[in-house]
Amino acid sequence: MKQWLRNLGALALISVLALAGCQKAPEKAAATADAPKTGELKVGFVYTSPVGEAGYSWAHDQGRKAIEKLPGVKTSFVEAVKEGADAERVIENMARSGTDLIFTTSFGFMDSTLKVAKDYPNVKFMHCSGFKTADNMDNYFGRIYQARYLTGMVAGYMTKSNIIGYVAAFPIPEVIRGINAFTLGVRSVNPKAQVRVVWTKTWFDPALEKDAAISLLDVNADVIAQHQDSAGPQEAAQQRGKYSIGYNSDMSAYAPKAHLTAAVWNWAPLYEAIVKEVRAGTWKGGRAIWWGMDKGVVDIAPFGPMVPKDVQDKVLAQKAEFVKGVDKVFVGPIKDQSGQMKIPAGVKAEDKELLGMTWFVEGVVGSVQ
Amino acid sequence: MSPELIIALLAAAVQGAAPILFATLGEMLSEKAGVLNLGVEGVMALSAFAAFIVCHLTGSAVLGLFAGGFAGALLCGLHALVCQVFLGNQVVSGLALTIFGVGLSDFLGTPYVGVGTEGFRQFAVPLLSHLPMLGPVLFRQDAMVYLVYCAPVAVWFLLNRTSLGLGLRATGEMPAAAAAAGLNPQRLRAFGVMAGGFLCGLGGAYLSLAHTHLWSTGLSGGRGWVAVALVIFAFWRPGRAVIGALLFGGVMAFQLRLQAEGTNVPSSLLLMLPYALTVIVLVFSAARAKYLKTGHSAAPAALGVNIEPEG
Repeated sequence: MKQWLRNLGALALISVLALAGCQKAPEKAAATADAPKTGELKVGFVYTSPVGEAGYSWAHDQGRKAIEKLPGVKTSFVEAVKEGADAERVIENMARSGTDLIFTTSFGFMDSTLKVAKDYPNVKFMHCSGFKTADNMDNYFGRIYQARYLTGMVAGYMTKSNIIGYVAAFPIPEVIRGINAFTLGVRSVNPKAQVRVVWTKTWFDPALEKDAAISLLDVNADVIAQHQDSAGPQEAAQQRGKYSIGYNSDMSAYAPKAHLTAAVWNWAPLYEAIVKEVRAGTWKGGRAIWWGMDKGVVDIAPFGPMVPKDVQDKVLAQKAEFVKGVDKVFVGPIKDQSGQMKIPAGVKAEDKELLGMTWFVEGVVGSVQ
Repeated sequence: MSPELIIALLAAAVQGAAPILFATLGEMLSEKAGVLNLGVEGVMALSAFAAFIVCHLTGSAVLGLFAGGFAGALLCGLHALVCQVFLGNQVVSGLALTIFGVGLSDFLGTPYVGVGTEGFRQFAVPLLSHLPMLGPVLFRQDAMVYLVYCAPVAVWFLLNRTSLGLGLRATGEMPAAAAAAGLNPQRLRAFGVMAGGFLCGLGGAYLSLAHTHLWSTGLSGGRGWVAVALVIFAFWRPGRAVIGALLFGGVMAFQLRLQAEGTNVPSSLLLMLPYALTVIVLVFSAARAKYLKTGHSAAPAALGVNIEPEG
């Protein structure tokens, strides 16, 4: 009993000391929060998958390399971080070791980032693809759906069977929005085509993603698109002599005979702008930054040699519209799968609606669950 | 579903079953000798990498296949060492093996993520591939699938028709009696574990060489755990392991095709199917053992019990 009491006492003492230590830090931090940052700027990146040679994290890492070239900027990254408790530890380690600006690049890092952000108010946090913010935390993303719309146009022109397969990870708004934009692109040039969706419930499992693509090819799909991080679906399409559309980065190296184009990320402009803001002391927390093709954050990969010139021209003409800042992807009339009008004619869906999208547009075959 | 779709589904089921069957037979050999090996998941992960890297460096898929097998045997040798020599707990050592194997495969493999290999490609077996139904399902596969057709027969023959197999089973049932009969239970167990490891390694090699043709971490994807469960499902019999592996591969292939067909059943429910099936089968096997009141289940009597040194 005595031993037990002593342990409890020690624990209480440690807790009090720890709490006192925690409380001290914010006072010091508040004073320096908004000053311009001079001297060396340390920028950290947290990736959910290995960087590898292509894919989601690779695209972010290209952005990291771009800001590494800026004077006085030193970057570091941690790859293959599991979402959850592991992520919090990694982000906290980074914050504690004197990093000034931390980019956490996966949706699943949102709550961990928010938690660490509250404990380290003098560190600036940028979370990708989520919706929560704090005084020292922004969220940011790119309008990749614009690129998906363009790749959808390519698929719509190239399909002969009028069945296009889409291997998708999780039924969350980000992925559903992408499928919808892709389908709207397909149907803008080929109203008879349908897009069939297979969920894998994983971001990265090459074997399963390939199997999913094969199951779509088996039901006569002749173009395979993907919202997955591995090139498994590309491999499947090439093996069957069909076409594919990549995601994240140019995936033509994996399937040169199949790869039509890809919806790709180009994070450098956004990351450079954020670093510039931090330097100038104009960086603010609590923002939702959502850039599109007009700022160069999203793009499509070069066309494969099998895409005819007139198709390329039509797609590039639409791309020029996006670059000018004209975005009519989600302008009505847009119906859902059951034929019910979701966005009335002439109305443009608001960002809030896009960020919470949980229904498929007409032309998608599959379940949103 | 049209006949072509059903054939495609069955062919996909065979491909999905292949790695699981290799691993299930490997685990079965180990357990027949009395050693529980919960490290299959880690063994598959590491041997998938070993197979990939050797194939990538040498350009030879066959060398890659052997590298996968030997990596599996070596890793399981570690398990045998811990359990036989140091008398470590088999469950703990096996779990450690899983964590170690998956971790090491991630660590070594991260720089190579996304790198492709030629590996094994599908080819049609002359004559046999023209059989109606069976031809396209069974004989338009890759070399490793043809290899997996032989594996259950080989394991069955080894266990039931050779003196080595008799020795293995004796060590798994009653090591003391085996020792009294002049056998060396320690050596037999080490053989069972490492030969089993070789088979598990082939399962891993299948994933990187024949299935994806593309290296990435996390290839094993829980298939090792399924194998451990399937050994119980199969009542430690190679023939039933074939049924179990086909059932599992089949359900996985089926749920993807159901989605591709455009069904409105939520995909979460479909994805859950194989795992729900595993649980149901385990409950069923336990209930059956109780109902038959054999006093002993189909499991080897000395499974999981280390051989204490004499004196």
